[in-house]
Amino acid sequence: MTDHLWLVPLIPLAGAAVNGLAGKRFSKSLISVVACGTAGISFVLALASFFDLLQFAPDQRHLLKVYFTWIASGDFVAKAEFLLDPLSAVMILIVTGVGFLIHVYSIGYMHAEDGYYRFFSYMNLFLFSMLILVLAGNFLLMFVGWEGVGLCSYLLIGYYFDRRSAGDAGKKAFIVNRIGDIGFILGIFLIFMTFSNLNFGEVFHRIAEDPQRFPAEAEMGILTAISLLLFVGATGKSAQIPLYVWLPDAMEGPTPVSALIHAATMVTAGVYMLVRCSPIFSRAPIALSVVMVIGILTALMAATIGLVQTDIKRVLAYSTVSQLGYMFVATGVGAFSAGIFHLMTHAFFKALLFLGAGSVIHAMGGEQDLMRMGGLRKNTPVTFWTMLIAALAISGIFPLAGFFSKDEILWSAWSRHHPLVWFFGFATAGLTSFYMFRLIFLAFAGEGRYPEEVRHHLHESPRSMTGPLVALGCLSIVGGLVGLPAWIGSNTFFRFLEPSLALALNPEPAEASHASELLFAGLSIAVAGAGIYFAYRMYVVNPKSAGEMAIRWKNIHRVLLRKYYVDEFYDAAIINPAMNASSDVLWKRVDAGLIDGTVNGAGRTVQNFATVLKHVQNGLIRSYATWILIGMVAMLLYIYVFLRGY
Amino acid sequence: MDLQHYLILSLLLFFVGAVGFIIKKNVISVFLCLELMLNAANLTFVAFSRHLNQVHGQIFVFFVMVVAAAEAAVGLAITIVLFRIRNTLSVDDADTMKW
Repeated sequence: MTDHLWLVPLIPLAGAAVNGLAGKRFSKSLISVVACGTAGISFVLALASFFDLLQFAPDQRHLLKVYFTWIASGDFVAKAEFLLDPLSAVMILIVTGVGFLIHVYSIGYMHAEDGYYRFFSYMNLFLFSMLILVLAGNFLLMFVGWEGVGLCSYLLIGYYFDRRSAGDAGKKAFIVNRIGDIGFILGIFLIFMTFSNLNFGEVFHRIAEDPQRFPAEAEMGILTAISLLLFVGATGKSAQIPLYVWLPDAMEGPTPVSALIHAATMVTAGVYMLVRCSPIFSRAPIALSVVMVIGILTALMAATIGLVQTDIKRVLAYSTVSQLGYMFVATGVGAFSAGIFHLMTHAFFKALLFLGAGSVIHAMGGEQDLMRMGGLRKNTPVTFWTMLIAALAISGIFPLAGFFSKDEILWSAWSRHHPLVWFFGFATAGLTSFYMFRLIFLAFAGEGRYPEEVRHHLHESPRSMTGPLVALGCLSIVGGLVGLPAWIGSNTFFRFLEPSLALALNPEPAEASHASELLFAGLSIAVAGAGIYFAYRMYVVNPKSAGEMAIRWKNIHRVLLRKYYVDEFYDAAIINPAMNASSDVLWKRVDAGLIDGTVNGAGRTVQNFATVLKHVQNGLIRSYATWILIGMVAMLLYIYVFLRGY
Repeated sequence: MDLQHYLILSLLLFFVGAVGFIIKKNVISVFLCLELMLNAANLTFVAFSRHLNQVHGQIFVFFVMVVAAAEAAVGLAITIVLFRIRNTLSVDDADTMKW
């Protein structure tokens, strides 16, 4: 099957083309069949490729498929080549698998929307771009996918383009991502300057085989510079400080989009890229420290903001930012496979949370405010139970998926001598379980706080929506079992990923007994349980206490509610100065003054001359004849006087 | 007869034609002056043709005569139309094509 690896991304592209070009004339069921069918076929092909890869010996699992030379210009050669190794195999399974489920879910969720075909065309196009991103065998092709997913994200955030806020959110996402992309592409330039090559395998082998030229740098060097630039790209795509601001606004898009793009797949592209570049990052400790610090700060900050948000999707958005922070912490401490592990489990439970939130919104007829929900457990039982599973998973309750991956990250931070990072991560885990269960209790427990007419409308979502919920619920339960920690058994997932990380310098973590690892796992569960308990006390036992706390600490509450005023700060520090400079200097002075002045001045000069000279054209033939005669005589004289000698 | 004599005659004819073209107002006279200049040129052509013992100049004269005939036909037609519309034969009255 690996011979036909190119079909994995190309089939969704075909679906996007068919639906995009002809979908307007299709019936909704035909559009759904095309979109879900192509996503499903792509998943089956990815699965087949994965099993094919397993046929190879672990150290042979590096299949480079070169299709054609894409760009050849002097020394610069970029090929259209796909790389199938354990890392990209895991990624294509996540992308196509979760993607397929979300496509199916969208049939039910989007059934009443205008532009049904447009939605599915963009979704398929997104799958194509994301698969290009993860399958690319060199940096440039990866960049194509990277930009492709950015475009699809923009198009889908702005799907409800008749709503101004959606259009603004789309632009914000696009522009903030561009800022990150500058870093990414500069990093690519620097890689090409250093290695004269962009192929992953060649660049990484060059680094690994030439330790004199590319030592593990204790201070700033070329590898650190490359790593930091690539990380700038990752902060944009994966919503880390300081470029995370677009992700919460991206919730303007339809909920399946939030699940697929802004939770499960696209936002994790930055983590994937860092892990893919682990041979570079692992030799640049300074860059890794930056990644770690940014990651843990983002995790903590986003989690605290998530505590007070009342829009169900925004809570989940900040939760996503926070969990992405965890993944960067994992890569930052050098536990690359732990980052990918959390990426995978997070894709399951966060997609489930978003789809569940979509189901709730669907049931409520578009209501997103948690304060107007409540008591939905009886009305939407499937949604409730699956979301409960996801909330338990993200909180890190044994033995659900999130427990294993999050515990692995926290343990990696501790065992690699970053106790402070461990502590913050530990605190974030408590916050996570608190805000997740705050969401669950506010939405599903207690009495309904919605108006009477909504009550009649309440209903469980159709099969096409609950089916994916159940499937993702199962994955959230069992997904962590592939990566059992050492105190239970052997970690299959990490051993599978090992060949992809073979060229990374992987400092062995300090030897630790299973007992201490078990102790830390116990602590994680305890803090998660504490978070759930406090949420239960505040929102179920004594629902008034939340409001009282908000009043008692109203300053803190306001700062969190306003998201630390980061958007306001960016407005004041960057956006407004840029806008003012554009309008006051560039527009009113440079454009209107200098450029328009030059152009108009040139025109006016010609006009002034013409006002005088036009009188020569007086309509009198005799005058023209005189001028001709004068001219001819002048020419003859000139020839006679000056050119006689020739 | 020397080449020079022909050229001087040609020059004089051309000069008369050119000056007449500029100073005369009557359209018909302007036409005649035009013909005079063309024929001055023709005279030069044939003079050189004879002098250099080549036939090219004489061929050119035929071309000039054809053009002159065509131009006379068009020109006289314009003159008639001008007279019908403006009731005048003065070139100075046909001066509306200006700035």
